[in-house]
Amino acid sequence: MNDMTLPPAFSAGDYKSDYKPIWCPGCGDYTVLGSLTKALSMLQRPPHEVAVVSGIGCSSRIPAYTNCYGFHGVHGRALAAGTGLKVARPDLTVVVAGGDGDGYSIGGNHFLHACRRNVDLTYLVMDNHVYGMTKGQASPTTEPDWDNKLAPGGTGIRAFHPLVIALASGANFVARAFSGDPNGTAEIIAQAIRHPGFSFVEILSPCVTFRPEQRGWRDLVHAAPVAETDDPARAARRIMTDDGFNVGVLYAGGRPVYARPGKADASLQDLARGFEA
Amino acid sequence: MNDKAQAPQTYEDLMAQALEMEREAVARYSELADMMEVHNNLEVAALFRKMAEVEGHHVTQILAEMGWAEERPAPRRAGNWGTPEAPETVPIEEMHYLMHPWHALQLALAAEERAVQFFDALARTTEVESIRRAALEMRQEEVEHVELVRAWIAKVPKPDDDWAADPDPARYID
Repeated sequence: MNDMTLPPAFSAGDYKSDYKPIWCPGCGDYTVLGSLTKALSMLQRPPHEVAVVSGIGCSSRIPAYTNCYGFHGVHGRALAAGTGLKVARPDLTVVVAGGDGDGYSIGGNHFLHACRRNVDLTYLVMDNHVYGMTKGQASPTTEPDWDNKLAPGGTGIRAFHPLVIALASGANFVARAFSGDPNGTAEIIAQAIRHPGFSFVEILSPCVTFRPEQRGWRDLVHAAPVAETDDPARAARRIMTDDGFNVGVLYAGGRPVYARPGKADASLQDLARGFEA
Repeated sequence: MNDKAQAPQTYEDLMAQALEMEREAVARYSELADMMEVHNNLEVAALFRKMAEVEGHHVTQILAEMGWAEERPAPRRAGNWGTPEAPETVPIEEMHYLMHPWHALQLALAAEERAVQFFDALARTTEVESIRRAALEMRQEEVEHVELVRAWIAKVPKPDDDWAADPDPARYID
């Protein structure tokens, strides 16, 4: 069938709000926003059936720039809010978004347990290896030798490895994307949303203000040389040995997805009477 | 066009691909114009807005020539270019909040030159005569854009070396 026959009911533009992003010119988050809206258009999910939940940071501004339901929450707690929302409203497509500081440091513990719970939501982390909003401090994914005024000579601390942590903690889908490849990123986000369970997509998204050298990422990223796997052991080996610039789906598993327990059979009054006894 | 690109097999394929390329260019130039407006760099914003308009003419032209409706969706062809983005799309990370029109035009020039190379390579490699002819025509239009942008560049001053100096920089500097 000709794939140009019918226009989609929802174009990418239908998922964008009228607010213009205030990210720095050159920031990778602009194209991540474009990729997210393209992905939602590919899936043809009506905007009112999608919720975008975030924490704090530059990238966490993203819900305001979409036309979906949005929740700009507390620092590091986006996954907690997103998990609650999905469990209460399983009919919604829940996309949680944020940065590396919000997700891996302030929200690090929530990240582990969101992977473990495997609730059916999608987590997009725009990783620029720096705290941009607070003017350039080292984040959990910053290279140990990144020399700057706030950490002279570098922190000397080993960088956090989010993909392998996600895999080890129970995430059902693990992928890496690059903001400079918006169409490829849109495909990966769409696949992540379609995949049941907790889908984690790390998106390399340069911070041109505090890490201008990240403009060079465009020359470093490359397609993952092997196809996706549903074998966690193979995925772990692959992720542990890659160069950090492999882009693609690295693991798409079949781990059991969190299912909401059946409805309570006792009323609130019954429960209250139990306390009176 | 590099080895990874999937060459169009029919004239309609080619025009659909060209339509997608022009639409992506319009979308990106509009995005860059918005970006610069937010950061109060109005001169560069106006220039990107103008580039969006120029590319928009190509969109209109292709739709008219093919008799396609305006809302005609582009086929999903991720990776079709053999590069992460369509050849005529300016990469976002090349932006700077203090950039001058000269810089913006250099980026536009590079994008137009990539478009020339894309159609040039396509014309040289295709075995379909109608595609070869159309690719040569579109190459010629992109060459005209290159000349137009070069003429604009000749009219704007090249910024001083310290154009990015900011008395109140976002970045800590020793």
